Formats: sequence, C-alpha cells, structure tokens
Amino acid sequence: MSDIASRVKAIIVDKLGVDETEVAPEASFTNDLGADSLDTVELIMEFEKEFNIAIPDDQAENIGTVGDAIAYIEENAK
Amino acid sequence: MELKRVVVTGLGAITPIGNTVEEYWNSLINGVSGCAPITQFDASKFKTQFACEVKGYNANDYFDRKEVRKLDLYAQYAMIAADQAVADSGVDPEKLDADRVGVIWGAGIGGLLTFLQEVTGFAQGDGTPRFSPFFIPKMIADIAPGHISMKYGFRGPNFGTVSACASSTNAIGEAYNLIRLGKADMFVTGGSEAAINQAGVGGFNSMQALSTRNDDPTTASRPFDKGRDGFVMGEGGASLIIEEYEHAIKRGANIYCEIVGAGMTADAHHLTAPHPEGLGAKKVMMNALEDNGTDPNEVDYINVHGTATPLGDIAESKAIKEVFGDHAYDLNISSTKSMTGHLLGAAGAVESIACILAIKNGIVPPTINHFEDDPEIDNKLNFTFNKAQKREVKVALSNTFGFGGHNASVVFKAL
Repeated sequence: MSDIASRVKAIIVDKLGVDETEVAPEASFTNDLGADSLDTVELIMEFEKEFNIAIPDDQAENIGTVGDAIAYIEENAK
Repeated sequence: MELKRVVVTGLGAITPIGNTVEEYWNSLINGVSGCAPITQFDASKFKTQFACEVKGYNANDYFDRKEVRKLDLYAQYAMIAADQAVADSGVDPEKLDADRVGVIWGAGIGGLLTFLQEVTGFAQGDGTPRFSPFFIPKMIADIAPGHISMKYGFRGPNFGTVSACASSTNAIGEAYNLIRLGKADMFVTGGSEAAINQAGVGGFNSMQALSTRNDDPTTASRPFDKGRDGFVMGEGGASLIIEEYEHAIKRGANIYCEIVGAGMTADAHHLTAPHPEGLGAKKVMMNALEDNGTDPNEVDYINVHGTATPLGDIAESKAIKEVFGDHAYDLNISSTKSMTGHLLGAAGAVESIACILAIKNGIVPPTINHFEDDPEIDNKLNFTFNKAQKREVKVALSNTFGFGGHNASVVFKAL
C-alpha cells in the first residue's frame, strides 16, 4: 500500500469512526461507511490539510469512494 | 379552557458532585463541595484557578468516537442527563405518540469550547478559512434539544431557551405551559452548560464575577456569608421528564411531584447587576406563586439563586422578605451552589432536582461554607447553613436570575 493510501485510510478511520478493514478501495463514504454530507465535507478538508492541496468543490463532488480519494490525491499532491 | 395538570416523572443529572441523580443527592445532603483546581486547561495565569468540574469524566464511556466529535461538551452533558431521565421515567419511547413528546432545553452559552477552538485555529492560520463543517452545528445553543429529539424520535415542540443563568428554568416553564395548554403530553426538559475553558473563565473573570479564593477552593463558594467574593463556575447538565397528569397515571408512572407554577420577569435595570431592592426577584417569585394560586405561606423551601456575589445575595434576601413577610422566617432557604458551583444555564434544572428530592425525601440540602454573618443580610432567615435539615417539604420554589436581568422561578408541590 502506498504512503498516500495509508494516510488517506488513517484519516477515514479517525473521522468516520470505522474499522480499518471496512476501508476498502471501492467503499463509498456515504453508502458503506456511514458518512453524511457534513462528514464528507470534513473528510475533504482533512485531505486538503494532510496533503497540502486545495480540492475545488466541483472536483470534490466526484470523490465518493476511498479509491477516488486516493487516486485524486496521488495525481494532485505536490 | 381548563388547564391540564403537569407532573414530574423522571430525573437525570451529571454534576460536579455526582454523575448520577443518586450520587448528586447524596453529596447534596452531606454538604460535599465540588470545587477543586481546574484540570481542563492551564489556569496558572488566570485570576481564578479553580472551578466545580464534573469528576472522572471520559466522553468515551458514554459515546462512540464518531458521536463525540459531533457533540460539544455542553451537548454531551445534555445527552447524558436526558438519557438518565428517560430511563428513570420508565417510558418506552417506541410506545409514545412521538408527535406529542417534545424537548425544550436551556443553555446560557452553548458550545463555547468549540467556538474557542475553531476561532483559535483560524487566527493561527494564514487567513484561509478551514472551519469544520461541524463548527456551527456543535456550537449553537439549540443543538442539544435537536440531538435529544433525533436519538428518541420525539417530534413534538423542540427548541432551546437562552436567558443566561435562568435558561433551564425558562425551559421547564415553557414545557410546563405547553403541556398545560394541551399542546403536548410529555417533555424532556432541563439544561446543560460547559464553559470551564479559557474563554469562559477569562470572560467571567474580567467581569469580576468569580471568586478568586485560590488558596482555599473548597470553601470559595460562600453564599450569604460575609466573606463571599463571587461565584464559582460549575458545569454539567440536568434533565426532568415532565408529563400531563392523566398521561402519567394511565401508564402507571412513578410521579415525583407536581409543577404548580412558573414565573418570568425582567429587572430592566443593568447588564449584570441585580436591581438593588431585588425588584425583579420579588416580582418573579410572586408571579410563579400566583400562576396557580399558591399561597406564599404554603412554601416550605426556597432553593435560591444565591450565587455568592456581593450584591445578588443581598437583593434576593430582601426580595424573599417582601414576598413572604413573617413566613420568610419559617422557611428553609438554601443555595446549593455552595456545593455545585454555578452551572449557569443548567442551574435551574440541577436546582429543580434539589427541590424535587427535598419534597420526596423530607430533607433540605444545606448552604455550606458559612463562617461569618453579613450584617447586610437578615440572619434571622434560615439559610440552612452548613448542615442539611430534616423537614417535610410540600411546596418548594426554585429561583434563577440571569445576566441581562432575566428572572425565572418554578414551583414544585407534593402530590
């Protein structure tokens, strides 16, 4: 597992209070991991802080799964 | 229209002198002080370095990790007190008509710690706003009743009351009035507060409202004593389940007592100082007694606001003499803030429980920390100094007065 993937997963485990084994690449924040709209905003903000990037709202809308988040950050992190 | 009767059928409390109603009551009648050096932050640069904190509190004992992050401490105390009260009432929430059950909750401030942390975070950044999406819904003073309704599915009237240190008495009064009017069958009511942080202690310190007796915290809260030098900040929450009388009878509820009056007035005088003659305090007690025709001579016990500020205690004792005349000397009066500290918006709820249990148990909790009479206070009044007194209590009155000049009182009566 890449460094980015493990850091993303750690944030999800912490913020959503889920078990690490649930945080599979295809897991949806809202459908599988119990996040509501505010949780999702908070997750995006945590990713921004952790990886020192800015995720525009229109891009953030497309980040719905663990895998989406990892892929976006791998592409955009400096 | 004939007004409905309203009874109390459940209690819950998390306080500086006990994290359940039973522990709280035992500490009250044994004269236990909840005051100690502040543990929640480094207070070494503050004028006041002590408070009445909830003891042994670990949020994870009550909530899962995800819940904790969405609940300011004031809302955590609200949920804990409400859960205890619902359990104590013996209701099965599933069997209630959820549209007829409401939540009215008092908090004087709300999520002050959340506000402090979020704004501090912003101030330390580069100007980019990175506020948590939970900032506002954690902080606002109405979110506690929202959380309680969501947990239990209670869809009746739901709001917060904000009147500083009278907040939870206003909550109880509103819930009582709505049941009387037939608008609901049952309420979870009460209040909570958690302001023992840098902003809360620093802010009240600047107003010179807090005791600064740092060398002797356990005797710092000295209501009606000559040496009193301000109030001691407390924190916690307390909840009452109140219910329409027939509704309670029909489900075979354990009834603690009846609520027979609520009064509300304003001093219209000053931001923080009470009216010097206790005008608002006098009117609010009369208002509460007249609400349902209670004869002042029937009152056995007054749990006073009595915060141990120099002016407030004098004004309130004058007001009691004016309302009760000669009967003032037959009453038991006590300020349980001498033990719990001042729970601000939660004071009315936590002190209402002291009144209700005084009725139930026939014991009046004391005003501890009395050392020297104040010549400006009529010490022929029975302030129940230092030791609880046995007394059959049929009618008890709870007074609360808030900064802004808000006054609220509520009257409890044995069934």
